[in-house]
Amino acid sequence: MISANLLAVFYLISGVLFILALRGLSSPETSRQGNLFGMIGMALAISVTMISVGNFSTGFLYLLILMLIGGSLGSFIAFKIPMTAMPELVAGFHSLVGLAAVFVAISAFLNPEVFNLGLPGNIKIASLIEMSLGAAIGAITFTGSVIAFLKLRGLMSGSPITFFGQHYINLVLGLVLVGLIFYLCKTQVDTWFWTIIIISFLLGVLLIIPIGGADMPVVISMLNSYSGWAAAGIGFTLENTALIITGALVGSSGAILSYIMCKGMNRSFFNVILGGWGATDQSSSDKSKEQKPVKSGNADDAAFLMKNASSVIIVPGYGMAVAQAQHALREMVDALKKNGVKVTYAIHPVAGRMPGHMNVLLAEANVPYDEVFELEEINNDFANCDVAYVIGANDVTNPVAKTDPQSPIYGMPILDVEKSKSVLFVKRSLSPGYAGIDNDLFYRDNTLMLFADAKKMTEDIIKSLN
Amino acid sequence: MEIDPFIFRLSIFILSIFIGYYVVWSVTPSLHTPLMSVTNAISSVIIVGAIIAALAGESGNILDTANIFGFLAIILAAINIFGGFLVTQRMLAMYKKKKKDKK
Repeated sequence: MISANLLAVFYLISGVLFILALRGLSSPETSRQGNLFGMIGMALAISVTMISVGNFSTGFLYLLILMLIGGSLGSFIAFKIPMTAMPELVAGFHSLVGLAAVFVAISAFLNPEVFNLGLPGNIKIASLIEMSLGAAIGAITFTGSVIAFLKLRGLMSGSPITFFGQHYINLVLGLVLVGLIFYLCKTQVDTWFWTIIIISFLLGVLLIIPIGGADMPVVISMLNSYSGWAAAGIGFTLENTALIITGALVGSSGAILSYIMCKGMNRSFFNVILGGWGATDQSSSDKSKEQKPVKSGNADDAAFLMKNASSVIIVPGYGMAVAQAQHALREMVDALKKNGVKVTYAIHPVAGRMPGHMNVLLAEANVPYDEVFELEEINNDFANCDVAYVIGANDVTNPVAKTDPQSPIYGMPILDVEKSKSVLFVKRSLSPGYAGIDNDLFYRDNTLMLFADAKKMTEDIIKSLN
Repeated sequence: MEIDPFIFRLSIFILSIFIGYYVVWSVTPSLHTPLMSVTNAISSVIIVGAIIAALAGESGNILDTANIFGFLAIILAAINIFGGFLVTQRMLAMYKKKKKDKK
């Protein structure tokens, strides 16, 4: 057995180790050590909890077996998952945290003596509020993440699903939740507790279905944040410092990422949450339906242009992930470097389907991270660059964001691709991007459109370069 | 007058939010995906609640409803802990600096 005070100190140490795990991510060199700190913190928290419970009977055996099953399953997924599938993996993992929070809250509600929360039917009011909040946020995280997972995996259409009065229904459901928590505290009737969980499941679905594919970076970050708040809620219920610290860290981490993503699109958080762009802005794309001249080229033209350039900037986007073109891209860059061309990569904050998505894919293809730059670091370099190679990105390069106040993406920070001497734009067709607006860049004199699949085109360019 | 222990926990919570705020702002944007997977892994520390819920029942019967929910939560959290940390490690191992000899 272990005294309650000592136990609390160990939980505090775990919490500190988790802080160091996040701190390590400030640079790739320290990040691996940070991850190790995180693992040690987790191992510590689990071991001291087992010792403190001190029940090494049949139940303990079950526990070990279940942890083994879960652990092997998790490890298997972690080693097998392709890097392009990271967004849906993270969404899937968030759903598990959410559901685990719901289960722990249910367990605490059914058997409160175990956690010193009072007796069934007479649970401390503060604990009831904390556990219903934990359960509600956990349930929203669970169903919300499941929907996000389905959309990212392509098992469900990525386009926003909206219907009349949607936001009012969500608002009403939110208010009902507050009312139910109030009644639960007043009456201690378990029906209210189950109703809270069911309504929260429903709310999770309704909150995420109106959000479209390209807004997923915000959604994933937001669900990340929710899973943290759910953990913190349970931490208060269980009076556990490690959970409270971790919950707060994860909650604020997800909130900051959501903020960075929203800023990357120049939209307010509520604007993203309240529904997709694609559904609202058809008018602006209709206007520009008339044919405009487009210059298109082939792989040989592109190879010639890049070979004779002194500097090339690569602008990757979600299309690169879809086509799995990152390895071919690296090979192309290697070939260019052999010809003495200076190559760098420019990454927009919302490129891809989750924060940092492009960076991971490039790292997977062995692109050194000191050749990869963020928007603010590299944007001035476009003016001095000979060729910009846009592969799978679209809206984040649209100059309309700077010139046309009528455009829905007006004010969004974009990569100044149009300032480079020539632009190679790999795209399957002229169709507008997610925002449903035509990209002005297609029709510029210095733009050469390369109509093909991103991977196929890049491979053809490599052939032509060699 | 004695201070309610809740206030202490609330203090820890609020201060941790601030720590999280400053620590996360210092995370380099290129590591935002590993940040998400590692925060996901550490939030699975909820497993401590699951362990208590699963084992600490004094009912004599280890498989009553409350315990079963605890066991279910243990599987979910275990998937997350191993999956989250290992996938983070796998990603971080890929981030390499430019080799000096190569131009």
